[in-house]
Amino acid sequence: MLNPQLNSQGELIHLLTTEGLPKRILNQILDRAAEYIAAGDAGTKKFAALTGRSVFNLFFENSTRTRTTFEIAAKRLSADVTSLNIQASSTAKGETLLDTIHNLEAMGADLFVVRHAQSGAPYLIAEHVQPGIAVVNAGDGRHAHPTQALLDMYTIRHFKGDFTQLRVAIVGDVLHSRVARSDIHALSTLGCPEIRVIAPKTLLPVGIESLGVHVYHDMASGLKDVDVVIMLRLQNERMSGAFLPSTQEFFKHYGLTPEKLALASPDAIVMHPGPMNRGVEIDSAVADGARAVILPQVTFGIAVRMAVMAIVSENQRGAQA
Amino acid sequence: MSETRNTVIRNGRLIDPSVGSEQLGDLYLADGKIVGVGSAPAGFVAELEIDATGLVVAPGLVDLCARLREPGFEYKATLPSEMAAAVAGGVTSIVCPPDTDPPLDEPGLVMNLRARARKHDLARLYPVGALTVGLKGKEITEMAQLREAGCVAFSQGDVPIADLQVLYRAMQYAATFGFELRLRPEEASLVNDGVAHDGEYASRLGLTGIPVIAETLAIAQIVQLMRATGCRVHITRLSSADGIALVRTAKHEGLPLTCDVDMNHIHLADVDIGFFNSQYRFDPPLRSVRDRDAIAAALVDGTIDAICSDHSPVDDDGKLLPFAEAERGATGLELLLPLTLAWARRNKVALPQALAKISSFPASKLGFTAALTVGSRADLLVFDAEESWRVTPQALRSQGKNTPFAGMEMQGRARYTLVKGKLVYQAEQG
Repeated sequence: MLNPQLNSQGELIHLLTTEGLPKRILNQILDRAAEYIAAGDAGTKKFAALTGRSVFNLFFENSTRTRTTFEIAAKRLSADVTSLNIQASSTAKGETLLDTIHNLEAMGADLFVVRHAQSGAPYLIAEHVQPGIAVVNAGDGRHAHPTQALLDMYTIRHFKGDFTQLRVAIVGDVLHSRVARSDIHALSTLGCPEIRVIAPKTLLPVGIESLGVHVYHDMASGLKDVDVVIMLRLQNERMSGAFLPSTQEFFKHYGLTPEKLALASPDAIVMHPGPMNRGVEIDSAVADGARAVILPQVTFGIAVRMAVMAIVSENQRGAQA
Repeated sequence: MSETRNTVIRNGRLIDPSVGSEQLGDLYLADGKIVGVGSAPAGFVAELEIDATGLVVAPGLVDLCARLREPGFEYKATLPSEMAAAVAGGVTSIVCPPDTDPPLDEPGLVMNLRARARKHDLARLYPVGALTVGLKGKEITEMAQLREAGCVAFSQGDVPIADLQVLYRAMQYAATFGFELRLRPEEASLVNDGVAHDGEYASRLGLTGIPVIAETLAIAQIVQLMRATGCRVHITRLSSADGIALVRTAKHEGLPLTCDVDMNHIHLADVDIGFFNSQYRFDPPLRSVRDRDAIAAALVDGTIDAICSDHSPVDDDGKLLPFAEAERGATGLELLLPLTLAWARRNKVALPQALAKISSFPASKLGFTAALTVGSRADLLVFDAEESWRVTPQALRSQGKNTPFAGMEMQGRARYTLVKGKLVYQAEQG
């Protein structure tokens, strides 16, 4: 099957998913992000990569954090940035998704950053945009959140160095998590030998083992000797009902406390894509503790998003030339 | 189009799926009926000759499920467009489900639709009446009056009945008159917002799954209700190996149960969705490769009696959407023959047995015999079983151009279609 995010030379022209993304491209993005961080540490915050380019942030699903980091990243690359919050209901009643896209193309868009509640929406957009326009997936349904996964990989590489010796546990609502899926694919490609998921059966997708993960239902065995713990956010609407009886019961069994973290490797790091639910999936003592790298994740996230936007733009322009 | 003329179809390979026979010879038609097989009846003078040398002559196809979109969805398709598609595909009898707008829940609507169909006079139309008023699953319809208006059976279309009490009563009532229900087995509470088979592939794509138990639990309920009421049921569009196993057991028990599958599910599976290709959005969802293979095998062993097209014309606006929001279904009338032949070739099923799945068996559900015997209806299909052609959406006669088989190579194509002895379709010679 043709991978729609790569051009015929195998270069990244859209970023839609981490699945099937070659290791060289993952590393290219992480290395570029490292350059931006090094330059930033040396005092350079503004780059010319996207000068004269129009970036449209299209958020069909509410988000403050991800949208903001994409805005900052685009501005640091000198792009003209427009952010649109498009409520799903208004498109459902009138303009279709592709109508919206074609209108923005007519306004001279060069790059779309898209978040959408439906899995696969960025694929539809990438398939129908004019040649030369890049699409970056900022989260689609339960499917993928590739820039989050890339910043997670950056964080792990930063604190742990080598992926090939690591045990990584992903904990919580894997069923509804695009972060979990994208992390699993990226970790596999980068050579992580042991990826675990820990969750009750109601929050695990069917056949998740086929992605190459080991499934655990209890923290005691699942966290044992792991080097990285990735906690997932539990969405409000899943906190009671048929998925889970209550936040209290979830926290008791799957919430990350200092006691449970003690089962992991002594130098294990704790990650979370944010925003956190303290007392639901993570105890404040862990969230604010020495092992948490949650704020560095946010910082790295901007550099990673800069790297992604710069690379897809270069490759789109290269193809046009 | 010509009027009824005394017609001879010469030198064809005459296949009668109702008895599984095959012979070379001529077929003589007059007054809408077959009047001679092999030799002309006394005094027969042919006004039209069709040379069927190298071609198969068989009863016209009977499609147990094709949506023509009238009334209510004329922007998607109309009777003239879809009946033209039918005869171009060799389909001479169409059974249409009641999921129109308004649904076919009143005799007047049914009579109107039939009158319009007769006016266009291409394929024959057999409406299925709504089982409940407005397909809302609350009150049963005037089934006996709908029958008088021409309904051949009763169904909910794709709208399940949430309240088992209603289904129980509907089956009791239908059984009183000996009516048959057409039910698509799906437990709605297990479907929820699901859009794809609940398996590894949907998990990978992050699409909400519809588990196989949504089908098996519904079949189990239907079977229990059949035992309790004696109602005849035709289960339509099975999708899973486990569902087939339940149907097989119920048929062995001797319950008055028959079933079909749609042609898409014989050939496609969930992995074909690829990168969210909405052409592969179906209800029931395309299931695993194992389920697909079980469907093909159950057609061979006779557990599944018939193949329908599940023809659903969808316009581009309905497909150019994210997968979960895209409209389900595909155009099908013009692909029923080649896709059935493809199943037959792959499973080494002889032509008479393959054609029985799309003509003689479904005809028996409508109360007539699709056969090549003197006195049978002159609803006929003359086709080239070997002709290869590529599916080009714009060349399809159906107003719905969307199909997952676009661009694919097909084998087998209608050359002539006759309804009531009248030539209603003749392929352009390429």
